[in-house]
Amino acid sequence: MTDKDFEMTPAAGNGLMDRRMFLGATAAGGISMLVAQPAAANRPAWTQTPGKGMNSYGSPSRFETDVQRVGIGSQAGTVGSGASRTPLEQLNGVITPSGLHFERHHNGIPDIDPDQHKLLIHGLVDRPLSFSLETLDRYPMTSRIQFLECSGNSGALLSPTPMPRTCAQLHGLVAASEWTGVPLAILLEEAGVKPEARWLVAEGADAAMMSRSVPLDKAFDDALLALYQNGERIRPSNGYPMRLFLPGWEGNMSVKWLHRIKVTSEPAMTKDETSKYSDLLSDGTAQLFTFPMGVKSVITNPSGGLNMSKPGLYQITGLAWSGAGRINRVEVSADGGKSWAQAALDQPVLTKNLTRFRTPWRWNGAPATLMSRAVDEHGSVQPTRESLMAGRAKGAFYHYNAIQAWRVGENGEVGNVYV
Amino acid sequence: MSMFNRWLITLLYLTAGTTLQAGEGPSLGTPLSAGEVAAADITVMPDGEGLPTGSGTAKTGTSVYLANCMACHGEKGTGGINDTLVGGHGSLTSDRPQKTIGSFWPYATTLFDYVRRAMPYQTPGSLANDEIYAVTAYLLYLNDIIDQDKELNAETLPEVKMPNHDNFVWAYSP
Repeated sequence: MTDKDFEMTPAAGNGLMDRRMFLGATAAGGISMLVAQPAAANRPAWTQTPGKGMNSYGSPSRFETDVQRVGIGSQAGTVGSGASRTPLEQLNGVITPSGLHFERHHNGIPDIDPDQHKLLIHGLVDRPLSFSLETLDRYPMTSRIQFLECSGNSGALLSPTPMPRTCAQLHGLVAASEWTGVPLAILLEEAGVKPEARWLVAEGADAAMMSRSVPLDKAFDDALLALYQNGERIRPSNGYPMRLFLPGWEGNMSVKWLHRIKVTSEPAMTKDETSKYSDLLSDGTAQLFTFPMGVKSVITNPSGGLNMSKPGLYQITGLAWSGAGRINRVEVSADGGKSWAQAALDQPVLTKNLTRFRTPWRWNGAPATLMSRAVDEHGSVQPTRESLMAGRAKGAFYHYNAIQAWRVGENGEVGNVYV
Repeated sequence: MSMFNRWLITLLYLTAGTTLQAGEGPSLGTPLSAGEVAAADITVMPDGEGLPTGSGTAKTGTSVYLANCMACHGEKGTGGINDTLVGGHGSLTSDRPQKTIGSFWPYATTLFDYVRRAMPYQTPGSLANDEIYAVTAYLLYLNDIIDQDKELNAETLPEVKMPNHDNFVWAYSP
């Protein structure tokens, strides 16, 4: 079967096809016949001997060992003050394997004994309380599949000239998991929050005792004391044995290794919320408490560093998300933004989660510029790089959610460009 | 199904929904004594709440800095392998904004809070409160914010006004 067998339905310029094309082709029995059946007499080697036995904890195929976190870096003289990034272009679907969830630590991963770990709630409460992990397992829990994004994600795109980087290197500080835990509201209500309280100050049990102030209305809205990630106990690199999870808000606030919550009337103005995760504007003022992550999308395939072997039919795919709610639609351009086609969205589209988008594209072998643009349920549209940069101070890199462009060269090489 | 039964089922459904939303827990939290809270609470608020007893000056802070901070932050807070702590005054609107304690940080109390919780990097929690007041004073002195002899303690530290204090705007107000 060749590309010619498809009925080509253009949806936008430069080869973008109707997003329903793949679905139609499958229904007609087209694509499913691509795989030829091996002749019975010519069995592959692995079908000729019994396979390996069971094992207590599985791991990926030995042929997948190149799927690793990338861009691992730490501040000078340290090993645990930095980040590692999720290999977005090597994954599909929306859930990030726990072992590939990006990391951002401030002084390493603590080796916490869960039997000695306690969560304290005190401050402006009627009853200061302590909770053990064992105790918390008896509380009502809920599960949510939602994204977590570091507010410094994509900051490398503030560089005046586009750096030759992969999708993961540029955008890999985002991941999605099923988070399971106790709604924080239940624990706060048990402690009895006093009427004058407006904030809580969360603190981790890492060597940096990382601390952030969180508005109480968020805590009562959808904050979770997360105990499980993708069905198993949270990994040490993601906050074992418990972390705060604040859906849609900058990742730094979802304090890992959570061990103390102080309820207050004012924010504590910690180092991380003032000197680090604030946003400097070009007029010299700085914004505090820019919590929600903006509407954003990125094409993960094709993307920087990949090579398209030859012209033909491809599926453009990527991820879209918004800290304000659900993704309403994603549009894709193959001509540098001159025309846009609506992409198909994998279902279900969940609030404050990564949404997988897909659209067919017939690459004719000529240079092309691929872009994606997300719109969320509130009508917020992902900004262009130019509009995002307006008013920002030089080097202010948090909350970068502008449209990403990938240039496909005549030789099939894909790279990061600005349009 | 009678109207009454339908009404009853609706009521049960609504009640269940309300209960779930309110999120009733088994109330298994262990009460904390005031002493237990005090031992764990290291948060320092901008008004000084949470600052411990003790004091220090830039003079006494010099040796604390040289022994614990200089290796990463350089002599006198500049030129180190990690964050520059001193200088950058007036740079925020330039092409190379330099966000240091002196040029950027809005609250002096944050410096005490952060040093106590997270520094020195290799041995966090190892400094005595007097040493933390002293090194806080030294860094504020290097940034020309206080005099060399100014004593910092739980009363005087919150009174220190940072040069960039008025340039912060709240993007979120609960």
